[in-house]
Amino acid sequence: MDTLGYLAHGFAVAFTPTNLLWCLVGTTLGTAIGVLPGLGPALTIALLLPITYQVAPEASFILFAGIYYGAMYGGSTTSILLNTPGESATIVTALEGNRMARSGRGGAALATSAIGSFVAGTLGTLGVAFLAPIVVKFALAFGPAEYFSLMVLAFITVSAVLGSSSVRGLTSLFVGFVIGMIGVDLQTGQPRFTFGMGELLDGVDVIIVAVGLFAVGETLYMASRRYAGKDEIVPLKGSLYMTAAEWARSWKPWLRGAAIGFPIGAMPAGGAEIPTFLSYAIEKKLSKHREEFGTVGAIEGVAGPEAANNASAAGVLVPMLTLGLPTSATAAIMLSAFQSYGINPGPLLLTTQANLVWGLIASLFIANVILVILNLPLIGLWVRLLKIPAPQLYAGILVFATVGTYGISQSPTDLVILYLLGAAGFLMRRFDFPTAPVIIGMILGPLAETQFRRAMTIANGDWTVFYRHPLSLTLLTLAFIGLVGPHIWAWIEHRRTRGPEHVPGDA
Amino acid sequence: MSTSDQQASPPRLAVPELLIGIGLLACAGAVAWQTLAIPVSPLYSKVGPTVFPYITMAGMILLSLLLILAALRGGWQPEEEKETPTDWTSMGFVVAGLVANLLLIQPLGFTAASVIMFVLVCFGFGSRHPLRDALVGLVLALAAYFGFARALGVNIGAGLIEDQLNVLINGVFGIGKG
Repeated sequence: MDTLGYLAHGFAVAFTPTNLLWCLVGTTLGTAIGVLPGLGPALTIALLLPITYQVAPEASFILFAGIYYGAMYGGSTTSILLNTPGESATIVTALEGNRMARSGRGGAALATSAIGSFVAGTLGTLGVAFLAPIVVKFALAFGPAEYFSLMVLAFITVSAVLGSSSVRGLTSLFVGFVIGMIGVDLQTGQPRFTFGMGELLDGVDVIIVAVGLFAVGETLYMASRRYAGKDEIVPLKGSLYMTAAEWARSWKPWLRGAAIGFPIGAMPAGGAEIPTFLSYAIEKKLSKHREEFGTVGAIEGVAGPEAANNASAAGVLVPMLTLGLPTSATAAIMLSAFQSYGINPGPLLLTTQANLVWGLIASLFIANVILVILNLPLIGLWVRLLKIPAPQLYAGILVFATVGTYGISQSPTDLVILYLLGAAGFLMRRFDFPTAPVIIGMILGPLAETQFRRAMTIANGDWTVFYRHPLSLTLLTLAFIGLVGPHIWAWIEHRRTRGPEHVPGDA
Repeated sequence: MSTSDQQASPPRLAVPELLIGIGLLACAGAVAWQTLAIPVSPLYSKVGPTVFPYITMAGMILLSLLLILAALRGGWQPEEEKETPTDWTSMGFVVAGLVANLLLIQPLGFTAASVIMFVLVCFGFGSRHPLRDALVGLVLALAAYFGFARALGVNIGAGLIEDQLNVLINGVFGIGKG
């Protein structure tokens, strides 16, 4: 069966009434948590992980994917109307979108971002459907050594290349490794990092880590910053329908944004910051209305980055589904949902779990249609959500954090671990450590260790296996360049700009 | 962090950042202690359960030294963060709410403990209507308990309130069936 045949089969799975209902629930919930500041898709999916014990894998992944896509749509509403980007991927949207809202063109900004998200999300999902089988063909040639090197590359890109500091990003990643190693070593049965505590033998649940870092840590941070700045909601003015001129100015940025976002998301690097910033820079350069950028707000500056954001979110699913390689916190938590079903994402997933994968991809198309309806005609509903006052919002988040954590095993020890992680999350937020690498490290770290030990066992303990295989060597070289390259480049730039000042007579 | 600033003013020691670096070094120490505690069969000498912990430990030591170095050079906190004072009162109430939840969830049950936490956290965030907050908290906790926990099949410790309501619900359903 070719891709189209599989897709048709996937639509048959996704169009059952129950799965459509899961998709609707997921997209609605996703939009809501995307709109609400302080809640994100990673936290929400983590809190809903226990559902994997209750329903079929298709149903829970359709739900999770709906939340994942929905949060992207909802997040842009908050950026435009409140100027508080809920996540790093929507910072750029806030730049122009909020200016547009202030100059009375909020409706057009919301419309171009929702329709752009739809266009790019649909193109991105098509990309997933057609690229995934191709990646699988390559991935089948991977041995343990190649997998390990690929994971090293992903570790470096998600923690060191993206973000403001490679040292702090890697620190977060290594903290994630330590958390991931807590518990019984699956290959030898030895307990590790349990400090002699029986409660830690099963390891630390990813729910607790995600809730601690994202819910408790975030609430503590907001409490400590309560008077730092009050955000005001810009009242929604202007028609939600774009004028012909606005359509004409939007459609090219949408397509360019999708073309930038999807490939970058699909690389084992992931991350939505780079494509959104890149798209913004390109649109600013190409725009005929450059004077609107940074003043009244340019529609191209909303349309392009929003499209790039959604396309890269779709792209992230390619390494996740074909290689089992999550490159964002949300993808890492979805990977742990696969593990909870005893399914190992990897090259065989597309054939052994065809119902699940193609049903999921088909449901993403449906999710996009539902989301554009939810986010345009029903926008007023979501704007009302923004009016929930901060005290009740954050107190409510903590109530749900308790449900999610205490519900795992009714153990107060879990709550203690949750609060410790919350304190860590607060410090990380306060001192600019990224939190996503912790989640990626704790989920992907143990998988990397398994591949590492497998490769070493096959090679009889010979370390050279990782650079004797050409593919593995290439991946490790890329990782090394990713780690060292930016520093060398910055140093050269520094020398070049500094040079003439230091030795004036030399030039 | 612009380079010209660094050249202009002599770097000052950043104490909070230094503490973070030292704290991470201590964590690396704990990792080393726990790694040495893993018994290793000679069969697995090269690919055993300690290889990755040792790599992690080495990485953490290196990173904590780099963080300490950055702290000695003036730290990395953005100016904006440095200038905003921490609201300790507000944080104190949130922490009090969390601790109350931890201590009360077993004796009183989830709903009652959540209401108390809800009121304390709201107060910390500046709400001055404890009664109204308690009511909102009660509704939310019950919604979380019945909507979320029971739908997901998660078992949260039930206290007096939940027991009474469970009896009531079972009673109503029992009558409905009969």
